[in-house]
Amino acid sequence: MRNLLLFILRNYFIFLFLLLETLCIYLVVQNNFYQRASFINSSNAVSANILAASHDVNQYFLLKDANEKLLKENAELRGKTLASFSILVNDVHSVNDTTYHQKYTFTSASVVKNSTNLRNNFLTLDKGSTQGIKKDMAVITSTGVVGYVKDVSGNFCTVMSLLNSKSIFSSKIKKDGSYGPLMWDVDDNYSNATLHDIPTHVRLITGDTIVTSALSTTFPENIMIGTVESFVRKSGEFFYTVKVKLSTDFKKISHVYIVNNILKDEQEELEKKSETDNKEN
Amino acid sequence: MLTTILKNILRFIVLILVQIIVIRNIELGRFINPFLYVLFIIALPFETPKWLLILSGFVLGITIDMFYDTMGLHAAAGVFMAYIRPSILKLFSPREGYEFGTQPTIQYLGVPWFISYSGILIILHHLVLFYLEVFRFSEFFYTLLRVFLSSVFTLLFVVLTQYLFQNKKDAE
Repeated sequence: MRNLLLFILRNYFIFLFLLLETLCIYLVVQNNFYQRASFINSSNAVSANILAASHDVNQYFLLKDANEKLLKENAELRGKTLASFSILVNDVHSVNDTTYHQKYTFTSASVVKNSTNLRNNFLTLDKGSTQGIKKDMAVITSTGVVGYVKDVSGNFCTVMSLLNSKSIFSSKIKKDGSYGPLMWDVDDNYSNATLHDIPTHVRLITGDTIVTSALSTTFPENIMIGTVESFVRKSGEFFYTVKVKLSTDFKKISHVYIVNNILKDEQEELEKKSETDNKEN
Repeated sequence: MLTTILKNILRFIVLILVQIIVIRNIELGRFINPFLYVLFIIALPFETPKWLLILSGFVLGITIDMFYDTMGLHAAAGVFMAYIRPSILKLFSPREGYEFGTQPTIQYLGVPWFISYSGILIILHHLVLFYLEVFRFSEFFYTLLRVFLSSVFTLLFVVLTQYLFQNKKDAE
C-alpha cells in the first residue's frame, strides 16, 4: 500500500493528467450522446449576461435590416391571419358548422449569441422557462427555419441551429409533396444544406421551393426552408441528393419566433399508445 | 513572484475576453477557427509547478467551453496541451538550460525558437480539439485541413500578440 502511494506521488503529473483528461472526455461524450450537462453551457447566468451585453452593441448595426424585415412581415401577417390555425370540420351534424381551433402560438425572442463557422453551431436566445419555453420547440424567423430549442434555463435557451451536424429536418418539395430528411453535410457552407432521398420520378427544377413537412410535430407545415440549387443522382442510387439554398441568412439572424405546438403532447401520447398496443399484440 | 501571478491572472482574463468577444466573431472562411487563448499556456513561466500547469489548462478550457457551448472539448485539449508542454520545452531547451526568471516568449528566446515551440503545441492542441469535436473518422481529411489552417492562423495571432506586448515593455 505504502509503495503504491509512493509510486502515485512520484508520478503524480501523469496521474493528474489522466484523471482530468478522463473527466473532460467523459463530459464530451455525455454531451454528444445524452443531455448536455445543464449547468455549464451558455444559458447559465454569468456567460449569458456577458454575451448579452456584447450582443446589445452588435445589434445596433443590424437595426435597419431588422426594421425593414419587421415591416415586411407585418404586412404579410395582415394578409393571412388564419395561417396558424388548423381547421376542424364537425361532420357529425349535417349543419355546415366550421370552427377554427388554434394549434400554434408564437413567442418572439432575440438572439444573444450565434455562430455559423463551426461544425456544430448553436444559438442562445433571451427567452426561457419563465416565458414558457420548453425543450424541442421550433425556432423560425420571418424568412425560414432556424432550429429547435435544446436546453432551457430561467431566462435563456440554447437552440440547435440548422447548421449542425446532428440536425435533421423533415422537409418536402412544395409543388408535389415528396419528402425527405434535410441535413447539414460536411461540404455545405452557412448558406446551404442537403436534402436526401428524393425519389427520381419527381421532376425537379432549379429554384423549386423546399418547405417543412407535416410529419414533424415541432414545426408547423409549409415553413420556408430554401430553394433547390442543384441536384444529382449518384450512381447506384434511386434517389436524388439535392443541394438547397437556405432562405434564412444565418449570419444576420437577430429576431426569431419560438413556436409552441399546443396539440403536440396530445398527438405524441396517442402515437405512443398505439405503439405500445402494437407491441403487446 | 506576486507580480508574475497577478500578470498571469490578468492575461488569463484578457485572453478569454478577446477570444469570446473579438475572435469568435472573425470570419476567416468556414473551417478556420483560430484560438488565441492557448497563448496563456504557451507563455506561462518556466518555473510553473506541473500541477498548476495542468490545472490552469483545465480551468482555461472549461471557461472557453462555457462560451462556446462545447462542454469538455476545450478543457480536454487544454489539459493535453499543458501535459505535453514540459516535454516540448525539454526538446527545445538550450544546452545550458533555461535561465531563471525568463519566460517562453519571443523577447527572451527569439523568433525561430518561439515559432517551433508554440507551433508544435498549437498543432497538438488543435488536433485533439477538432477530432474530439467531430467525434468520428468519416471526415478525417476535412478535419486535418481544418487543423492545419486553424493552427496557422492561431500561430499568426499568437506571434502578433507577442509583438504587441514586447513594444509595451520596451516603452517602459
